Amino acid sequence: MVSVLTKIFGIGNLETAEDVVQQAFIDAIRVWRLKGIPNNPSAWLFSVAKNKAIDIIRKNKFSVQYDFSEDSRILLTSEYTLATTMENLWKEELMKDDLLRMMFACCHPEISEENQITLILKTLCGFSTSEIAKSFLTSEETISKRLLRTKDFFRNKKIKLEIPSVEELKSRTHAVLGAIYLLFNEGYNSSQAEHLIRRDLIEEAKLLCKLLTENQYTQLPEVYALMALMCFHTARSDSRLTTDGEIILLPKQDRSKWNKQLIVEGNDYLNKASFGRAVTAYHVEAAIAFEHCKANTFEDTNWELILDYYQWVCVFYPSPITELNKIVAVMQVHGAEAALEEIAKITNKKKLESYYLYFSILGEIHLRINRKPEAKQYFLKALDLTQSKAERKMLMDTILMI
Amino acid sequence: MKEYLFLFRGGEAMDKERSPEKWQANMQKWMQWMGGLQQKGQLVSAQPLSQEGKQVKGIKKTVTDGPFMEGKEMVGGYLMCKAENYATAVELAKGCPILDDDSGVVEVREIQEIIM
Repeated sequence: MVSVLTKIFGIGNLETAEDVVQQAFIDAIRVWRLKGIPNNPSAWLFSVAKNKAIDIIRKNKFSVQYDFSEDSRILLTSEYTLATTMENLWKEELMKDDLLRMMFACCHPEISEENQITLILKTLCGFSTSEIAKSFLTSEETISKRLLRTKDFFRNKKIKLEIPSVEELKSRTHAVLGAIYLLFNEGYNSSQAEHLIRRDLIEEAKLLCKLLTENQYTQLPEVYALMALMCFHTARSDSRLTTDGEIILLPKQDRSKWNKQLIVEGNDYLNKASFGRAVTAYHVEAAIAFEHCKANTFEDTNWELILDYYQWVCVFYPSPITELNKIVAVMQVHGAEAALEEIAKITNKKKLESYYLYFSILGEIHLRINRKPEAKQYFLKALDLTQSKAERKMLMDTILMI
Repeated sequence: MKEYLFLFRGGEAMDKERSPEKWQANMQKWMQWMGGLQQKGQLVSAQPLSQEGKQVKGIKKTVTDGPFMEGKEMVGGYLMCKAENYATAVELAKGCPILDDDSGVVEVREIQEIIM
């Protein structure tokens, strides 16, 4: 709803759009409490929002805050065409495009990554400020400030809601995918203390990416690759935790619990991703995830191939996380000693040292070469670096077993 | 480009209460016509006018109610648009939905530039 309304009022007036949605929900609560929930709640909400939008347009036709002189918005200022134009704007197929346009606006290159995601969660996923604050482990005040700054940016720069031109599309889509992937990762491996997996975030990320696969302008290979990657990862999510929310590591996961349908779906997306010359990090990460999904047992996993893939990713798209993943693959293929040598080769460890995973892997390596005291030290360090209850529990168990 | 005022008179009265389908179809026609003008960048503004009104007359500024003319003669709405000349403005006016009824009249008037 916010994206349609933003199209109506202009992105500089994001607040107006949000107010209308909020008002519609308040009305809904009031009326539904008395009369019960209508047969088609979303249609009900849409029609309330439409009427509220019409009221605002009538009241503000000549205000400088809203610029109704541009594009088709002029038709909103005439009573002859106001109702019909409003009605047309809410057609489902158009609304999908509005969401896309909004996504691109949220991922404007001049907006910082964390602000992009904040805005996406707020305007596209309907998260409240406090929910976003929780997701980012920060205060509501910080989030409000971020949102305010981004809204000012939209207003001052007079950003338009549009799908970027062909020349820009690739780089702009890259930013959108980056934001979706971050959103997904936060859902898949939440930094929150209570829940390791946040299905709501995962679903939102997949939904947004799916939209990109459905629009002819954004059907790029990397879009399909990311979709495939997310399918493969979510296929395994049911086996990652016990019913008590404890972590089950890959070797011990019950592979029969993996969602076959999602694996098939992921495979379809991966096939669709293989046109053009682009091989992106998403392609390779999806290929890796697929190798895991393909193996019937942990021992069957083709670690040599996975190691090759990681080596490739580390060269072209280096990041601390892929570096760590590569080391895990080295350990599986060449053993713990080789993995230790590989770690020694990393020159810039500063960033790595803020990851619990880095110390957890070091602990695992030392455990395998039977250097228990060091292993324990590393696991303790890892323990310091994570908030997640499930991860802490797993590390504690390991330490106690040494 | 010159500016033109279209004054609408007569035409079929539209009552949403009586026939929602007809009303909607009519609104769709307005949308098509005006949407076309808008896309060509020719639409300036347009509004329908309500039936009742006031008149202020002469030096004494006497105020009376209503135009109280016969329905067909009353101005029911206006549209401002941009066009090359009278001929093209008249062509545009021919698309007006008010002409779907034989009583409909579109008066086309060019905005006069006051010579200073």
